Amino acid sequence: MGLSLQHIDKILGREIHLKDVNLEFESGSRTVILGRTLAGKTSLLRVMAGLDRPSRGKIIVNGKNVTGASVRKRSVAMVYQQFINYPSLSVYKNIASPLKIAGVKKTEIERQVHEAAEMLHIEDLLDRLPAELSGGQQQRVAIARALVKDAELLLLDEPLVNLDYKLREELRVELQDIFKKGKAIVVYTTTEPTEALMLGGNIVVIDEGRILQTGSTAIVYRHPATLKVAKVFSDPPINYLKGTIQGDTARIGQHIEFPIEDYMKCLFDGSYMFSVRSNHLFLSRNAKEDAEIPAKVELTEINGSETFIHANYDGSRMVVQEKGVRSVHIGVEITIYVNPHYFFVYDGAGALVASPSGGVFDAKLK
Amino acid sequence: MKVKKKTIGLVVYFILLMLPIYWMLNMSLRSNADILAFFTLYPKNITFANYIKIFTDSSWYMGYVNSIIYVALNTVISLSVALPAAYAFSRYQFVGDKQLFFWLLTNRMAPVAVFALPFFQLYSTIGLLDTHIAVALSHCLFNVPLAVWILEGFMSGVPREIDETAFIDGYSLPRFFITIFIPMIRAGVGVTAFFCFMFSWVELLLARTLTVTNAKPISAIMTRTISATGLDYGLLAAAGMLTIVPGALVIWFVRNHMAKGFALGRV
Repeated sequence: MGLSLQHIDKILGREIHLKDVNLEFESGSRTVILGRTLAGKTSLLRVMAGLDRPSRGKIIVNGKNVTGASVRKRSVAMVYQQFINYPSLSVYKNIASPLKIAGVKKTEIERQVHEAAEMLHIEDLLDRLPAELSGGQQQRVAIARALVKDAELLLLDEPLVNLDYKLREELRVELQDIFKKGKAIVVYTTTEPTEALMLGGNIVVIDEGRILQTGSTAIVYRHPATLKVAKVFSDPPINYLKGTIQGDTARIGQHIEFPIEDYMKCLFDGSYMFSVRSNHLFLSRNAKEDAEIPAKVELTEINGSETFIHANYDGSRMVVQEKGVRSVHIGVEITIYVNPHYFFVYDGAGALVASPSGGVFDAKLK
Repeated sequence: MKVKKKTIGLVVYFILLMLPIYWMLNMSLRSNADILAFFTLYPKNITFANYIKIFTDSSWYMGYVNSIIYVALNTVISLSVALPAAYAFSRYQFVGDKQLFFWLLTNRMAPVAVFALPFFQLYSTIGLLDTHIAVALSHCLFNVPLAVWILEGFMSGVPREIDETAFIDGYSLPRFFITIFIPMIRAGVGVTAFFCFMFSWVELLLARTLTVTNAKPISAIMTRTISATGLDYGLLAAAGMLTIVPGALVIWFVRNHMAKGFALGRV
């Protein structure tokens, strides 16, 4: 039972929005669709909801083909990136509207609306109009309306993106609990890797309308199958350096040499891409096997309690994510330390050929 | 000093603007003999005889009633036709939609006089001559395109996602349209109604051509003041004053949304 998309294409004029999408969603599952802006996330949700008809392919819900069925006949709820509510109705009526249309009894509507409002902490606002609420509250109303419908398919299109940082964190935590309670298929799109990791469940990585990788979020994070996935699923963007493996030694650029790790032993000699996430680069030595990368600082940005140091090594841009607020002057030569056992190794075509074992990453995931 | 200059300028402008209306009011409160006898800046012997005549003579006040009936009819018809049309233009894409939309506006480019004769022939053939509905329908010629354009502008300002949310919630299109959509663009509907009212209220040529006695509009009746015995200035001025009143009343209700209406809803 569940929802399956089969060979879905969505082409508008000459623009390809989706190309050959095949996905399965089981009832009660949570799926995050991760992709950059314009990757086709919204197009995919709209096709799933039935708002747009795919140019090709089938949508099967519980064994029934619903490809051309009107959105009204489907059991779908959707939350948009913009805060979409009915401006002329009070918050109470906004939340109650899907129930009212479905012909639910008045007392039952009241009970369910209050329940949803309580869950999203908007009980005090039920008499107000949406325009009198803050952005975060408006989005809570939209989410409450989607939840009371109790649809089989709950779609959230970057619901937190227009909220400020604090509210986003808050709502993200709450949403996790809410999703766990439901039996619906929850599909959630985001551009942020951290958000995807927090929500857990399954992940679909999408780029330029094509599915790049699917699977459990934690596994995909640990084994990004292609360099593209690694780029999409890393924030700040993943670092990658051209290098070679010869016998038992790996060499990156002119200066860096290190003995290869066990998981790289199966690789043939040749040239590869060595890729490492910013949080595994350090400005100080942590272990004696650490490789040293001499680089020149180009930019530092302070992001909350972290500092991102953008540096240049041999023409490749690298980003070091350091804890705490650091001031590093632009133009200074620094040495970046990286433990070789954090390297993902990709072949010339960008496919993952060796990845570090998961054990070390588990701690980092939390 | 600067503020003063501005104030003076505004006062002068306001006087220029209000002078003809004041003069009409001045004349409407004087008798004909008085008007013709001497010049005065304000009426010395105020008389309400002109107004009393309009309110007691049925051939006079029926003019206002007729005008109001066909104007109201026209506003209702224009809105009920233009609302769905504007929704279609704002939400759907179909072959030739842009051309059709522009063609609507071109209807306003021809002088109304061009249509007077064909309308007269058509309406007399099907026996609609001298009815309120005849005038109301003929005024749709220029009011429906205008209403579609204004409403389309207001409707395009409403995010499409609201429509979609409603359909996801299970609303049917008519139910969504009436209970959710129209309340959202009520300012636009008000402004559109005002424009329909205004154009229909001031239009003289079609209204006069298509009516004989039963549905004769006030503007046509006002021409009766010209007779062999001369011009009845006082009565004409009083009728003119009363003609301004409905327009002023309607303007009051939509005063905050007027600018958006003149920009065809596209602000």
